[in-house]
Amino acid sequence: MRLGRVIGKVWATVKDDQLDAVKLAIMEVVDENQIATGKTFVAADTIGTRDGDIVFWVSGAEATRPFPERYIPSDVTIIGLVDTLDT
Amino acid sequence: MVLGKVIGSLVSTVKHSCYQNKKISLVKPVSPREQVQQGVMVAVDLIGARKGDIVLVASEGRAAEELMNFSCRMPVRSMIVGIVDSIDGVDG
Repeated sequence: MRLGRVIGKVWATVKDDQLDAVKLAIMEVVDENQIATGKTFVAADTIGTRDGDIVFWVSGAEATRPFPERYIPSDVTIIGLVDTLDT
Repeated sequence: MVLGKVIGSLVSTVKHSCYQNKKISLVKPVSPREQVQQGVMVAVDLIGARKGDIVLVASEGRAAEELMNFSCRMPVRSMIVGIVDSIDGVDG
């Protein structure tokens, strides 16, 4: 998993029906000092984030299974809201 | 697996259920000569590595499920799977 910052939302009415009721966030990858690395993703948001939130996210096949009962067609999924980073 | 150095930890209250009660560490990748490189990984630590430890990080969901012996499907990839004692054979 890696760190990110939510910087916006994406609304898409016409999309794969497996993405129904899945919020889509624009998220930039950040490092341990919360500095953007320049990479940005549209991430499935499973925890309900707000702009500016620091989050951690997972990519790859594991990103398709945040929900126990169904898969979602996502390769980047936000799975946690960061309270504090102790470095 | 990759070599990494534990630089700290992350506290998160709102997160996926499979991360409950799990220590979540921040690990920077290092070269075999222990030079810290770009990027940072968020890794579940079941082993109890401390800040500054050189560790082994596996980033594959199936391995994570084995280690966390979970029945449900889990969005977990990076796991600290070992603490390195020494690295030999890496010439100057």
